[in-house]
Amino acid sequence: MSDIPKADELFKSIDYNPPTTGWMETPVDFSPGRWCYPAKPEKMEYMESKLPGLWGPAREWLPSDEDWKLPSNWKEIVVNGFRERLKKFRTLQLFMDICVRCGACADKCHYFIGSGDPKNMPVLRAELMRSVYRGEFTVAGKILSKLTGSRVMEEDVLKEWFIYFYQCTQCRRCSLFCPYGIDTAEMTMMARELMHLVGLNTNWIMEPVSNCNITGNHLGIQPHAFKDIVDFMVDDIEEVTGRRVKAPLNEKGHEILFITPSGDVFADPGIYTFMGYLLLFDYLDLDYTLSTYASEGGNFGSFTNNETMKKLNAKMYAEAERLGCKWILGGECGHMWRVVHQYMDTMNAELQHSGMTTPRSPITGTVFDTSAATKMLHITEFTADLIKHGKLNLDPSRNDHLRVTFHDSCNPARGMGLLDEPRYVLKNVCNNYFEMPEGTTREQTFCCAGGSGLNTDEIMEIRLRGGLPRGNALRYVQEKHGVNTMACICAIDRATLIPLADYWAPGVGITGTHELVANALVLEEGEVRKMDMRQEYLPGFEDEEDDWTPPNMEDA
Amino acid sequence: MNALYSLLFVFLLVLIPLFGVDAAHMRTFFGVCIPTTAFIIFLLGFVYKVITWGRSAVPFRIPTTGGQFKSFDPKLFPQNKLDCPQTGAQTFFRMVLEVFAFRSLFRNTAVSLHQGKDHPVVAYKSSKWLWLFAITFHYSFFLIALRHLRLFLEPIPFFVNGLEFVDGLLQIGAPTLYLTNVGLVLGVLLLLGRRLTNPRINYISYASDYFPLFLLLAVALSGIYMRYYAKVDVIAIKELTMGLVTFNYVVPDAIGVSFFVHVFLVSCLMAYFPFSKLMHMPGVFLSPTRNLPNDTRAKHHVNPWNDPNIKPHAYADYEKQFGVPMAEAGLPLDNPENGVAPEEKA
Repeated sequence: MSDIPKADELFKSIDYNPPTTGWMETPVDFSPGRWCYPAKPEKMEYMESKLPGLWGPAREWLPSDEDWKLPSNWKEIVVNGFRERLKKFRTLQLFMDICVRCGACADKCHYFIGSGDPKNMPVLRAELMRSVYRGEFTVAGKILSKLTGSRVMEEDVLKEWFIYFYQCTQCRRCSLFCPYGIDTAEMTMMARELMHLVGLNTNWIMEPVSNCNITGNHLGIQPHAFKDIVDFMVDDIEEVTGRRVKAPLNEKGHEILFITPSGDVFADPGIYTFMGYLLLFDYLDLDYTLSTYASEGGNFGSFTNNETMKKLNAKMYAEAERLGCKWILGGECGHMWRVVHQYMDTMNAELQHSGMTTPRSPITGTVFDTSAATKMLHITEFTADLIKHGKLNLDPSRNDHLRVTFHDSCNPARGMGLLDEPRYVLKNVCNNYFEMPEGTTREQTFCCAGGSGLNTDEIMEIRLRGGLPRGNALRYVQEKHGVNTMACICAIDRATLIPLADYWAPGVGITGTHELVANALVLEEGEVRKMDMRQEYLPGFEDEEDDWTPPNMEDA
Repeated sequence: MNALYSLLFVFLLVLIPLFGVDAAHMRTFFGVCIPTTAFIIFLLGFVYKVITWGRSAVPFRIPTTGGQFKSFDPKLFPQNKLDCPQTGAQTFFRMVLEVFAFRSLFRNTAVSLHQGKDHPVVAYKSSKWLWLFAITFHYSFFLIALRHLRLFLEPIPFFVNGLEFVDGLLQIGAPTLYLTNVGLVLGVLLLLGRRLTNPRINYISYASDYFPLFLLLAVALSGIYMRYYAKVDVIAIKELTMGLVTFNYVVPDAIGVSFFVHVFLVSCLMAYFPFSKLMHMPGVFLSPTRNLPNDTRAKHHVNPWNDPNIKPHAYADYEKQFGVPMAEAGLPLDNPENGVAPEEKA
């Protein structure tokens, strides 16, 4: 991160005045740092063997090269693919035709707000595609090319797509403000489907996709390793709470299958959230199992094409059937929930086995009719219901060292409407809760700038720029209320918000909601907790037996 | 430049009927043939486009939600029924507000950057200008179109008369000045001004964005000119328009040239409509992010081209691949054979 400007410098470099050259004439910057690395050939070959015809030629190439080694008939593939999708998706056909370029979306995109690059205005991002639609498929566009902003498909156009459609996190904030509901996320998805057809992709998407298909999760964690990690977390939970929790894996005959994004198995601070789930389920003596085969809730397939999204999602139902589970409980994840909520039943309902039932909390008896079709419940719905029925003994003062705000993840907020349940849970497990300013929360929430497969370090400056709106709102509550913790319900957030907060609001930590639940959960009467789930001593217990220096501090 | 091209083009369009009617005396051509043809193009084009959209599948329900969804406990977590509809009726009201009140646009904000005391500040404030301009223009245009029904219907429906009365309530001048006439011109000028002066909007504007605005302005001004300055013979015009509707074509001599200019411009607008962004008018009703209830987790919905052959990577294959380490780690196996290492089998 050494070549990244300081926050103040970066802020001063933002200019909302467009360049003097028209957008079609303004060249695209392909210098390193502006794009994610393309996929390794073996990842593409593997996916080509599983879903043939969707991936283009496997090869070594770089966006900074002159020659992108496209297939010789690339133009035909893209144009035909475009035509095909116009029939398959009314959204695409309609959104190509009805935009009036009113500009209401222009300053809603976090990437535009942080960069000032006009091609990050959703209207212009979509014009990259619309111009081709007009030039290739409409009579008016063919005759009056310049006047209607049309152009035909050229290599430069495709290259421009690569930069800007991998500079959209599909957060849909623009769609909320569009008078016609034009959804740039939908167009980004289509453009990416087309680019995948000719082998333009990024490794940070393709590797998780291929891993997920093979091992069940994005990170390629094999089943025995997955068990090791879970065992390790069980040890840590015992260290904190003195309780040895059960963590059933791949066991048949349980009522509930629990699936969460694998990011929570792998990295800080997601693992604390995962420990939170394990502790909560053990406390409830919940009849559930985890699975190593369906060990991923996130679905990077949705960043490639709908076929892959369907294939990866299908594992959840397949595993519920194999293990004989009645319904699925889902952990804290952003795009996983968009896929589960908006696509899962439509894509994969036929894989649902007949023994599945509408989720019913075995603890409170609440039947969740809202998930009658998918048979899948969000963990904050489940926990909110427990809290409402007084089934959890909570001591929110254990989180008193935290002053907490909540970051709405884009997908549950704008693709689902899940806003109040996580807030209810948080307000019950901590005493200091503060909202970020209006216009930056709930359905107007700002993206972490790392969604849709962009959570990779080679585009860190772009991510930090895109993170300005979220980071600035966080800075505001940090100064006003002394907020030191931002909770979220998304595994990508838990990864991307850390550098973002370090940059724009240093001193604020990131946490999952169920980490705070676990902190506050009183397991038995009179239980004294000296540490939080991170094994950091709670205020008042700091000095006790604390003669240990962390290894990385020894030289200091 | 784009704006200039569009303006010039609209000037040319004005010259055509001026020349055609005054010099070439093609009154029937401009009074009957052109408007009839334009209307047919409008109708066919409009229907064709809407059918094209309709034939395109809606594979997934992807409403953009704004506000809390219908939760398991509607008391504890009250649903925002308008922005996160769950039923057809709720969705209908969402659409009504969208179509009649431009509700999403009403939500518009403007972003600005400030250098705060010791750190930068990104600020958002409500920005309703575009909403105001758009709603002024659209309602004026809509009411004017309704008022014009008096020329095509006999007897004149009561609501048209009522509308005229209300519209002319201020009774300024003679003939009475209609509020909607002012609204239309003002609305178009404001939208045009915004496009010309706001650098970001200007940057994204094509000739095809300016052209309809200039054309609408020309339509409005020619109409106003005809009514307030040229004072054309309305009785004669009604004779012509009723002739168009009843296929009994007459072009009375009493009609002045300004009428033909007006009709020609309107004809251009009609013919242009189906091939342009003006199709946002029918399009807004079909937008899948707005016109679908947010009930995908509760109700089954069919994707017409869903491919049932796409299956997950089979668990059996997974166990074959990882069976040995799984067995070592003590994970249960469906097929114990998979847990035996090849060398042990031999």
